[in-house]
Amino acid sequence: MMAQPIAASKEPEAATPALDVSGLSVEFPSRRGTLLAIDDVSMQIAPGEILGVVGESGAGKSITGLAVLGLLESPGRISGGAIHVGGRRVDTLSEKELTKVRGREMGAIFQDPLTALNPLFTVGKQLVETIRLHSGMSKEAANDRALALLQSVGIPAPRERLRQYPHQFSGGMRQRVVIALALAAGPRLIIADEPTTALDVSIQAQITALLRKLCDETGVGIMLVTHDMGVIAETADRVCVMYSGRVVESGPVAEVIHNPQHPYTKGLMAAIPSLHDRVETLAQIDGSMPRLNARPTGCAFHPRCPHAGPKCSAATPPLVSVGVTRSACWLQQGGTQ
Amino acid sequence: MLAFIIKRLANAVFVMLSVTFLAFVIFTAVGDPVDQMLNEQATQAQRDDLRERLGLDDPFLVQYAKFVGRAAQGDFGISFRNQQDVLTMIGERFPATFELVLVATLISLVVGVPMGVITAIRRQTWYAEAMQFTSIIGVSLPSFVVGIGLILVFSVWLGWFPAFGRGETVDLGWWTTGLLTPSGRMSIILPALSLSLFQITLVMRLVRAEMLEVLRSDFIKFARSRGIPARSIHFRHALRNCLMPVVTMTAMQIGGLIAFALVTETVFQWPGMGLLFIQAVTFVDVPIMAAYLCIVALIFVALNAIVDMTYAVIDPRLKGADA
Ligand SMILES: Nc1ncnc2c1ncn2[C@@H]1O[C@H](COP(=O)(O)OP(=O)(O)O)[C@@H](O)[C@H]1O
Ligand SMILES: [Mg+2]
Repeated sequence: MMAQPIAASKEPEAATPALDVSGLSVEFPSRRGTLLAIDDVSMQIAPGEILGVVGESGAGKSITGLAVLGLLESPGRISGGAIHVGGRRVDTLSEKELTKVRGREMGAIFQDPLTALNPLFTVGKQLVETIRLHSGMSKEAANDRALALLQSVGIPAPRERLRQYPHQFSGGMRQRVVIALALAAGPRLIIADEPTTALDVSIQAQITALLRKLCDETGVGIMLVTHDMGVIAETADRVCVMYSGRVVESGPVAEVIHNPQHPYTKGLMAAIPSLHDRVETLAQIDGSMPRLNARPTGCAFHPRCPHAGPKCSAATPPLVSVGVTRSACWLQQGGTQ
Repeated sequence: MLAFIIKRLANAVFVMLSVTFLAFVIFTAVGDPVDQMLNEQATQAQRDDLRERLGLDDPFLVQYAKFVGRAAQGDFGISFRNQQDVLTMIGERFPATFELVLVATLISLVVGVPMGVITAIRRQTWYAEAMQFTSIIGVSLPSFVVGIGLILVFSVWLGWFPAFGRGETVDLGWWTTGLLTPSGRMSIILPALSLSLFQITLVMRLVRAEMLEVLRSDFIKFARSRGIPARSIHFRHALRNCLMPVVTMTAMQIGGLIAFALVTETVFQWPGMGLLFIQAVTFVDVPIMAAYLCIVALIFVALNAIVDMTYAVIDPRLKGADA
C-alpha cells in the first residue's frame, strides 16, 4: 500500500456523507426556563440521496434544518452535537465563515415560493448574483449558467424568463426558480422544508419529481421535510420520523412504510388510507403532540400510545437497530413494564 | 390605466374644490373687503361702485364660481395691503420656501435613512440605543424651540452661521436662488436643519420599522441561505424593499414641510411664502391668505399624484398591474 497514513484514514470521497448530524440538540432559552426543541437528533444523508423527514407540526423538523444552515433565530442555539456538511464541520463556524459555506456547500428551499424571491430584482439578477458570489465568474458566464439552470429546472423560454420579475411567474414556476437558486453554486446538500405544501396539488408531484431528478443528476443530497407521507413514499430513499424534538424511527422508506416499528409510525401509516391519498395533517392519531414546556417524562409519545407501560413514563427509550430500521421504543427493547 | 388616471384626476379636482371653497368662505367671512380697500371718507357711491366691480352683490354660489374660475387662471386678486398682484407676490417668495424645504428634505434623507438602517441592524449596540433615544427628543421638541436653540448656539455663541435672512441671492430670471452664493448656503443651514429635525426622526423610525419587518421576510431568509453577505442583504435586498414607504412619506411630507416652514420662516425671518402668510394674517390680507391656502393645497395634491407614479418606477409589480 502506497497510501500515506492521513489519506488512508480518510474515507473515500464517495462515502463522505452530504450531511452528518450527530447528537444535535437545540434549545430556546426563555424567561421561564430553557425549552429543548431538538434533543439528541442524528441523521445522515449520502450524496444523491433523499432523506424524508416527517412528523407533526412542531416536531422540530424546521428547526433541525435551520440548525444545519446556521440560520437559527436568536435566542435559539445549538446546545450539543455536531453537524458536518460534505465532511466539514459547520456548527462551530463563525457567521462570516458560514456565509461562505451557505449556498456553496448547502442550500435551502423553503415552503412558500411566493415570498421566497426578492420582488424588486429580476430572476436573472438574483441567479447571477448568487452564481458570481460563489464562483467569481464573469457576468456573461454567470448569465449562461443562469440560463442552463433555468433549463434544468424545466422552465420554458428561459432566456425571456431571466429578464422577468418574480411576480410574473406562477407559484409552481417560482418554486422552480427557487430550486434553481438553491442549486446555483452546486451545493452538496439541500434542505427542502415543505417545498410543496404551499403549492396546488396538481403541481406538487411535478416539483417532487424535479427534486428527484436533480438529486439523481447532480448527486446533491436532499433533506426533504414534509408532513406528507405520500410525498415521502414517492420521492425519498430513507425516512426519519420525528416526534417532539427526537427521532423515533428511521430507515429505508419501503421498510418504514410497510413494517413500521414505533407505535407513532404505525399510527402515521394507519392514518393514510392509501399511500396515494395525501393527508394534510397527522391528526388522525388521538391527542396531539405535547408542547415543549409540557413534555411528558420518559417517551414523549407515551400519553398517546396504546402500548404504553410504566417504563415508558420513567425513561426515554434510545434509538436502536431493529432489522434494517432504527426505532426508539421500549417495545422492542425488553418491553414496557 | 385610463380609468385609474381619470379616478385620480377626479379625486384631485374634488380636493381642490373643497380647499378653494374653504378659502372662499374664509375670504367672505372675515369681513367686507370694501371696508378694508377704501378709506373711511369714501362715499356710498364709491362703495357701491366697488361692490359692483368686485361682484359682491352676486349670489354666493356665483361669487364662488367666479373665484374658482379666476383662481384656476392664477388670478387671486390684489393684496389689500399694498395693492400688488397676489400671485406675483407669492411667486417671488416661493423659491425661498422651496429651497428651504428641499434642503431640509435632503438632510432628513441623508441622515435619517442610514440612522434607520443602523438602528435596525445593530439593535443591541449603545449607539443604536442612543439614536433611538435622541429621536424621541426629536419628535417631542417643538419646532420653534429647536430653531431658537440652534440660533442661540450656532449664531449667538459660536457665530458660525447667520441668525436670520437668506443671505445673498442670485436672480436667474424665473427663480431667485440662495444656493449659489456662499452667504446663501451658510444662511440656509440652520433653518433647514431646524425644519428637518422632526423629519429626520420620522424617516429614521420609518426605515427602522420597515427594515425590521423586511429582515424577517422569507426572501431575506432565502437570500441568507444562499450565502449572500450581510452587507448586501441589508443595503441591497432589504433597504430597497423599504424605499417605497420612504418615498411616499418623503413626498407627502414635502407638503407638510411647506406648511411647517411657517414656523421656521418666522423664527429665522426667512423671506418665504410662510413669512408672507404670517404677515398677511397680521394685516388680515385675505387674498394672500386664500391664495396661500390654495397653492399649498395644490402642491399637496400634485405630490400625491407624483408619488403614485413614482411607485410604478420603483416597484416592478405595479408597472404591469395597471397597464
Ligand atoms: N423562536 C422560538 N422560540 C421558542 N420555541 C420555538 C421557536 N421556534 C420554534 N420553536 C419550537 O420548536 C419546536 C419545533 O418547531 P419546528 O421545527 O418549526 O416544527 P416543525 O416540525 O413543524 O417544522 C416547536 O415546538 C416550536 O414551538
Ligand atoms: Mg416546519
